[in-house]
Amino acid sequence: MTSPHDKPAAVADTLTGGPRRGRPRNRVGRGVPLPLLLPALLGLAFLVLPLVALLVRTPWGTLSDQLTSPEVWQALRLSLVCATAATAVSLVLGVPLAWLLARVEFPGRGLVRALVTLPLVLPPVVGGVALLMALGRNGVVGKWLDAWFGITLPFTTAGVVVAEAFVAMPFLVISVEGTLRAADPRYEEAATTLGASRFTAFRRVTLPLIAPGVAAGAVLAWARALGEFGATITFAGNFPGRTQTMPLAVYLALQSDPEAAIALSLVLLAVSIAVLAGLRDRWTTAS
Amino acid sequence: MTTASARRARRTPRTLRAAGAGVAVLLALSACSSSDDSDSAGSSPSASGGSEKLSGTVTVFAAASLKESFTTLGKEFEKAHPGTKVTFNFGGSDSLAASITGGAPADVFASASPKTMKIVTDAKDNATEPVTFVRNQLEIATLPGNPDKITSLKDLTKSGLKVVLCDKEVPCGAAAQKALDASGLKLTPVSYEQDVKSALTKVELKEADAAVVYKTDVNAAGDKVEGVDFPESADAVNDYPIALLKDAPNADAAEAFIALVQSPEGQKVLTGAGFLQP
Repeated sequence: MTSPHDKPAAVADTLTGGPRRGRPRNRVGRGVPLPLLLPALLGLAFLVLPLVALLVRTPWGTLSDQLTSPEVWQALRLSLVCATAATAVSLVLGVPLAWLLARVEFPGRGLVRALVTLPLVLPPVVGGVALLMALGRNGVVGKWLDAWFGITLPFTTAGVVVAEAFVAMPFLVISVEGTLRAADPRYEEAATTLGASRFTAFRRVTLPLIAPGVAAGAVLAWARALGEFGATITFAGNFPGRTQTMPLAVYLALQSDPEAAIALSLVLLAVSIAVLAGLRDRWTTAS
Repeated sequence: MTTASARRARRTPRTLRAAGAGVAVLLALSACSSSDDSDSAGSSPSASGGSEKLSGTVTVFAAASLKESFTTLGKEFEKAHPGTKVTFNFGGSDSLAASITGGAPADVFASASPKTMKIVTDAKDNATEPVTFVRNQLEIATLPGNPDKITSLKDLTKSGLKVVLCDKEVPCGAAAQKALDASGLKLTPVSYEQDVKSALTKVELKEADAAVVYKTDVNAAGDKVEGVDFPESADAVNDYPIALLKDAPNADAAEAFIALVQSPEGQKVLTGAGFLQP
């Protein structure tokens, strides 16, 4: 017998480090063995140190000048808009995909799941090249998009969204799929025996049940999209106001003006932390 | 591996979490391996005991536009000095300069402009004074057969034409801007690429109709693109300086490589690629 109140929270808890209710917890100094504590602290330092270094090296004196330039706001706004659009695309396509992987038995499901998660391990630049081959003006599908509809994706804001969605969607899919597999399917079955169609059951029963997992996945996908660099610069190019997102602006600023790059990085860091911290409670309490 | 961990993950949430951690580790590893390919592990100057015998690895950071000719020169150098190995890090001159001042282990820096070399000399990371070893001129790269009938820099301003330029921060972009300014033209590209090779690639892949790149890059691309000369390029000729770096792990062999680049046979390779002699 599974405990339905605990399992869906597992994914969100793993992602956020949120507290698990009803478990005895150790206090530092009393029950924590040294062989665990030392590497844990080292790991923490390893992850946090670069961020601290960024703060130490920030040119605080000229920071306001660096950040008030219109280019910075243009890049930041574009980053936020594109990351949000990419998350929306991921939600619309990714949640049904996760449902398919979790609830429907079909031949080759393992292979499909591997393919879906491939962008997680693929270098983003490779993703960008693959997107160019598929959706570029001369690409396998892009050729027809251009010829029939006059749509070309490279060098456009839509291209940025496509590149970001390609890299970010797997984060949503694995998160939602994990939650779905942990959720008890008998609620859906009960709904269908009571006369609901499978889609209604999904909409009215399953979706509310897995909402925390969807939220966790969406935030992960959004954060990944916000930081996306390789696929974007390869597929969508770099033009201020149209395809130049913050990571691209940081990279190009680093080549001539490291102080500006540090200032831009700081903005991106602040936005990411604000979002991850702000949404943390919502996921953990939703379950 | 992904398939296997995904299959395991189906069974219990705990293995799902383990697989997630595995994915995170993989991500971290792939991220660091891609930025760390300029490793100079084999550079032990063990045989530098007085004689002229060179050995070990020479690590050369060179502008992306030098890729073909320096690769050839590297092979010649290895043939002339058995036991040596020349490894290259080709990229935008500015990012190379940034990694050198950031402490990347390198022996030689060959940059596509004095301005980027100055970043290194200002940080006093050079061991010898930079010398100009070649010059490079811009050219317009168009699709094979020049379907858009581009004959001048002005033609690039035609509407509906997708043109890519290098970013103004990198030398080829600065040179292109100089040529445009000199002719009083205003050009809105679809993208400012991070180095000359990626600008050219967009034309090779037919994603863009034209790019302003170096003559040498058009030559190197063979018949995948067509080159169009334009008179304004004379206003934007780039000098390429080369210098030995401070803390070079293999200074002796590095000096020999710089000598080869400046030698008549080295210059023959470079002019063969389309570079101008200084």
